[in-house]
Amino acid sequence: MELLNVKELLVAFSMYKKGFRKYELEVIHQLSLNVNSGEIVAVVGSSGSGKSILAEAVLGLLPKNSHMHGEIFYKGNKVDKKSIRKYMGTDIAYIPQSVDHLDPVMKVGEQVVGVHGTKERQKELFKQYNLPEGTEKKYPFQCSGGMARRVLVTSALMGKPDLIIADEPTPGLDLKMALEALKDFRELADRGTGILLITHDIDLALGVADRIAVFYAGSILEIAPVDDFVEHSERLRHPYSQALINALPQNNFEPIKGTQPYAGDLFSGCLFAPRCHKRDDKCACDVPMADVRGGKVRCVHAADG
Amino acid sequence: MHKYHKKSRLLNRRVVLLITMIIAAVYLVGVFIWGCCLSEDAYGINFNEKFLAPSPEHWFGTDNLGRDMFFRSIKGLSISMIIGLISVGISSVIAIVMGILSAVFGGWVDKVVNFAIDLCMGLPHLVLLILISFMMGKGVMGITIAAAVTHWPSMTRMIRQEVLQVRNSQYVLAAYKMGRSRWQVAVKHIIPHILPVYFIGATLLFPHCIMHESAVTFLGFGLPKELPAIGVILSEAMTHIVTGKWWLAVFPGLMLLIAVIFFDLIGEGLKNLLNPQTGNE
Amino acid sequence: MFRTKSLVAEIIRLVILLFAVSLLAFILITSAPIDPLTSYIGTESTLSPEARQEIASHWGLNDPLPQRFFTWLGNLFQGDMGMSITYKKPVAQVIGERFSMSIVLMLIAWVLSGIIGFLLGMACGKHENSVFDRIIKTIFLGLKSAPTYWLGLIILTVFAVLLGWFPIGMASPIGKAAEDVTIADRIYHLILPAFTLTIVSMGDVILYTRQKYIDIAKSDYVLYAKTRGETDRQITKRHILRNIALPAITLQFASFSELFGGMALAENVFSYPGIGTATTAAALNADVPLLLGISLVSAIFVFSGNLIANILYGVFDPRIREGKAHA
Repeated sequence: MELLNVKELLVAFSMYKKGFRKYELEVIHQLSLNVNSGEIVAVVGSSGSGKSILAEAVLGLLPKNSHMHGEIFYKGNKVDKKSIRKYMGTDIAYIPQSVDHLDPVMKVGEQVVGVHGTKERQKELFKQYNLPEGTEKKYPFQCSGGMARRVLVTSALMGKPDLIIADEPTPGLDLKMALEALKDFRELADRGTGILLITHDIDLALGVADRIAVFYAGSILEIAPVDDFVEHSERLRHPYSQALINALPQNNFEPIKGTQPYAGDLFSGCLFAPRCHKRDDKCACDVPMADVRGGKVRCVHAADG
Repeated sequence: MHKYHKKSRLLNRRVVLLITMIIAAVYLVGVFIWGCCLSEDAYGINFNEKFLAPSPEHWFGTDNLGRDMFFRSIKGLSISMIIGLISVGISSVIAIVMGILSAVFGGWVDKVVNFAIDLCMGLPHLVLLILISFMMGKGVMGITIAAAVTHWPSMTRMIRQEVLQVRNSQYVLAAYKMGRSRWQVAVKHIIPHILPVYFIGATLLFPHCIMHESAVTFLGFGLPKELPAIGVILSEAMTHIVTGKWWLAVFPGLMLLIAVIFFDLIGEGLKNLLNPQTGNE
Repeated sequence: MFRTKSLVAEIIRLVILLFAVSLLAFILITSAPIDPLTSYIGTESTLSPEARQEIASHWGLNDPLPQRFFTWLGNLFQGDMGMSITYKKPVAQVIGERFSMSIVLMLIAWVLSGIIGFLLGMACGKHENSVFDRIIKTIFLGLKSAPTYWLGLIILTVFAVLLGWFPIGMASPIGKAAEDVTIADRIYHLILPAFTLTIVSMGDVILYTRQKYIDIAKSDYVLYAKTRGETDRQITKRHILRNIALPAITLQFASFSELFGGMALAENVFSYPGIGTATTAAALNADVPLLLGISLVSAIFVFSGNLIANILYGVFDPRIREGKAHA
């Protein structure tokens, strides 16, 4: 079943450029994405490319100086900033980046229970996730990185959610803990939960996700089954995805030349074009999302192979 | 398609802010210069015009000696500003020296500076001002020195904090690694960083100094009765309030209030414009 | 700051500081260009120079400064603060009477400004940029810039002179013997100065609470609480209130210095017989013993506020109470 469907999302912030000129900073544009139950969709992109804004937009957490276009559907119902709140905490759970998202002066146990949960379920989940006795009486600053992550996961599971949105759940964890975290996600997905995993770590994403969405300069360039990335990289539809895979140490370790365009000075057409070896005149036109070989891609040359 | 740039409005918040700041600055400088140039006749004694209510001839009315309250207020405000200028000058220099010393040397220097701050804030500010003015034998000298040597603590803390932040920042550490001398780092990185903080701090200190000066004067320990200071005017007004001469108190105080608000406005405005993190709405 | 240090270290620090502050006050007062002897016996005294000299040496006025300071301090510990020239009574007695008057005034203003200011600040923060918020913000930004004594004068003009609702000065009606003064009389004379001091002190509380509310409402943990399905009301109760209350109360204790200054000005405007009017009287009459005593008491007042503020943090903020604070 389709849980989340994001159509042509655009998020912009009003900013002041040097001096007195006000302008719109477009952080996300033409972004389409869907998540079904039982699958993990990983949104992979480099740090600072605006991935977290995607989670904030879906959850209705964008600050006041921003605005949003496009449509978001949850289980087929169109939702906005207000109406999504009735799903949150029960149907939809969010796992934030760090322990800073916990109230500094409230005990962990009370926060995990929240307003919808019960003490019994909290105890049960703490046991399941190996959180030592007494953790519920601690304050967030007293928790170690690994404990904090598990606290956040148990908070998310409190309401038995159908959809989990996790924003960079692994940084600050060592490899063992990061793998453990992803194993937890896999188990949840296998039991039917849909998970949107936002991360900069493509390696970890490849290990756990069912589909990978490649995020670049505020948009998603390609969404494809994880197999295409791991086993059959020749099947990848977008030159950037291929370059991304080639840049991994276990593959050719070949860096991608150039840098991502800054959200402040975007140009029309394909945003990857200046760095692309397949670039030609067609790339300057508007590039729609197209279905190619069982995946979605935004590239005029995708069908050429 | 990617260009979603809305046309920027001509009057966005920053432009409005700048315009208000300019108006405030023009008003303050205007009052200051006018007050300094004012001849004594303008607010001199005239027994034919005692206790006149506000009118087109005397905007703020006249007092028991027939003095024009409008011109007395202008003059008084400009005197307050001179005292404010001197005390802000001295206080801010004390603050910048102490702030930089304590941040750069740390250790016991930092401890001494912190102790001095705690000492200065240990007595209620008003009591400290009265005591210093009392020690100096009151008068212009007394209140100016009192204001000058008691307004540095908050600014010292601010500058200390700022220097610490710059000193530990990556680019300064990098500059040291690249073989830049302390002096070069200070000139190239630390001073440009401290300067805006200094100016904002000094501007925001101004209204404090003026308010404290007028309060101490009102209580009788500041400027002498012969000067048309706001504090003097208001303490005289107190004796005439019973008889319903409301204008003696209302307008001069309002002038002081407006001056204080304008100084605050300029200071906060500078803070807003110089700090790129704020005001992105 | 010193929040992480133990309470004992904090108290020792404050005692040392208090000692230094009283020394500072002593130096300032005794180096004033006035002759305490002259102010005591009056300028028209026909006392012979020899007699003056005798009194001076009896008082220890010829001793070096450090010795005079320790004499004063020694007497202080025996409960002797000297005689007030102005009131012809022991300083301790004057301060006792006056301070109890001022405490009532300050306590009323402090509690009212704290409670009303906190509630208004919360309301403003919740409805940021609404008409209500703008009006309250403008009024109190203006009041913050208004000289306390001028505000007092305006309030006096409106309520006592124009409307005639309240008396013009004094804590008790003139002409009534002290024992005839009723509680009602006192309250009646207390209202205007207390009102002035309340609105003067309230501005800071409102603006602080409002800003804190706005900052917390944007904080990561409030955003996260939203994703946990908490309603706005629940968020306010569970997170915002908890995170603002402690710093706001602490700020209120740390503002004793401003409270004292405001009180002194308000008392002078309303001729309220408290420590504020005594301060000006003492300084005008060069009443050195009284001025010293008042300085000491005002310093203790400010110090106890700061001490309570620090203790509150230590007791109620888990990050400090449970030790190993990171920041």
